[in-house]
Amino acid sequence: MMQHLIVLPVVLPLLTGLFLLRGLHGSTRLKRVLGVASTGLLVVIALALLLRAADGEIAYYAMGGWQPPFGIVLVLDRLSALMVLLTAVLALGCVIFACGGDDEKGSNFHGLFQLQLMGINGAFLTGDLFNLFVFFEVLLLASYALLLHGGGKSRTQAAVHYVVLNLAGSALFLIAVGTLYGATGTLNMADMAVRLGELPAERAGLVTAGALMLLVVFGLKSAILPLYFWLPRAYAAAPAPVAALFAIMTKVGIYAILRVYSLIFGEHAGDLADLEQPWVWWLSLATLAIATLGVLAARDLRLLIAYLVLVSVGTLLAGVGMGTVEATASLLYYLLHSTLVTGGLFLLAEMIGLQRGKAGTRIVKGRPLTQGGLLALLFLVGAMAVAGLPPLSGAIGKALLLNAATPAQQPWLWPLLLASGLGAMVALSRAGSTFFWRNKSGERSGERLSRHQWTGVGLLLAASPLLAALAGPVSDYTLATASQLANPDNVVDALLPDAGDAP
Amino acid sequence: MESLYAITTGVLSACGLYLILRGRTFPVVVGLTLLSYAVNLFLFSMGGLTTDGAAIIDGPRDYADPLPQALVLTAIVIGFAMTAFAVILSMRARGDMGNDHVDGRKQEEREENHR
Repeated sequence: MMQHLIVLPVVLPLLTGLFLLRGLHGSTRLKRVLGVASTGLLVVIALALLLRAADGEIAYYAMGGWQPPFGIVLVLDRLSALMVLLTAVLALGCVIFACGGDDEKGSNFHGLFQLQLMGINGAFLTGDLFNLFVFFEVLLLASYALLLHGGGKSRTQAAVHYVVLNLAGSALFLIAVGTLYGATGTLNMADMAVRLGELPAERAGLVTAGALMLLVVFGLKSAILPLYFWLPRAYAAAPAPVAALFAIMTKVGIYAILRVYSLIFGEHAGDLADLEQPWVWWLSLATLAIATLGVLAARDLRLLIAYLVLVSVGTLLAGVGMGTVEATASLLYYLLHSTLVTGGLFLLAEMIGLQRGKAGTRIVKGRPLTQGGLLALLFLVGAMAVAGLPPLSGAIGKALLLNAATPAQQPWLWPLLLASGLGAMVALSRAGSTFFWRNKSGERSGERLSRHQWTGVGLLLAASPLLAALAGPVSDYTLATASQLANPDNVVDALLPDAGDAP
Repeated sequence: MESLYAITTGVLSACGLYLILRGRTFPVVVGLTLLSYAVNLFLFSMGGLTTDGAAIIDGPRDYADPLPQALVLTAIVIGFAMTAFAVILSMRARGDMGNDHVDGRKQEEREENHR
């Protein structure tokens, strides 16, 4: 059983998703129980995987018994275990929230949700470049349908842009993968890393082109500066539990950048090593600046949070661009924090919108909220965490990142990162005071919110104090993860024990 | 053969790219289809172009690399599903928005914005 554990995060959501898609008309309760139970089980599996990966051993699961480099492998190391656990926890919060009524606004919510989880988990676990493409497509196709869940003009319109852009991105992904296969003759990431070491000089240009095309694709997924314009609208239009789950989607792109450029274009690659560094560093700083302006300019809470997602993308990619072990470790800590908190804020925005009736989430005077006190408290926690105020996890994550910058990087990173925190603080305090204090005199007539919604939001926002309290062990783990990533030899040795003897 | 193949792929992707940048959903969908054809051809050529080669390794003679063929098959299936989805989505956008512009705006509005 233990050796099959690695494949379970892919197989379990697949089976549950297929079962749920099989038209269970009318049995809402069964669907909800199945969806929540499956996601809960996923958290348990992810914890088991994390414990297994924590000792630094790299395990792989060869599909169909075909050994690498010939077959498709799933690779479990510290980074993939961490990302799978993060996905599972975020998804649990979202799916519990959705049981409060959002899942019945359209058909097949729970089935599609599970298929999306399958795609995300697969992308985090796979050790094969083409397989990464396939899992990207699985998660994208599920996300297209989830974005349209519930219908409505703004969703359809956002979906048209989102779908067309991502289809063009997929075409580019295939071209890049094809180029790399043509130049190296392999698709297994570890094998490709080895072969790049003995690459004939005349193919270096081809590989550079392929690598930079891959960067464009991953940049589109993670929404870096010239490629982010789809994000604010799509995230603001998506139904709340879906938008919250989408908080991990940009991180899939960041994970792919981390994985591909540390493993394939790591120390083996000679002249081609770290060829993404300058691009990622400058573009991420520009993303950070533009996203801060977006945060300040947003006139709708959901749009504001979408821009906060962009701020976190800029921050994380700046960590990638710094390219040191400490920077990677701190960006992984920040990634845990920002994913869960922005996910929680999307859910919270939906609850605030539900209680304000017609005004919705627009930042204008509205009627007073029925359960305003508790909502305001949660909003305060979320806002403090995301803006990076102590004592919550955002402050620790930012401090770690600021500390990891080298003297040459400090003049660029420090002002931008601190200004983005200030911008978030200004925008969120304006939004909060408008929502909770500047009310029109009127009756409190909003419906009371269901306990599912409170549980979902509570679960995600509680992650911030928890991450702050457990900052020591968590940052130890992320530091170990970063040093594992910095040594791609570990993966190569684990997957291809006789790579040294190969001709 | 190589130059013919390269020209075909290039023309297909150029047409696809041009059509994707158009303002209405139908040309965009056709453009995506053309682009996916170009990508499939490109992937196919990545194993090297051979004629009369065996599909599996057969002694020291020429053989056709089977892996790109498997990749193209996967890409075709995925591309087919995505095209179907894009068609349905653009039909729904036409229904919801009342026009087939990718931004969902009406002709008159755009002219007003232009002025």
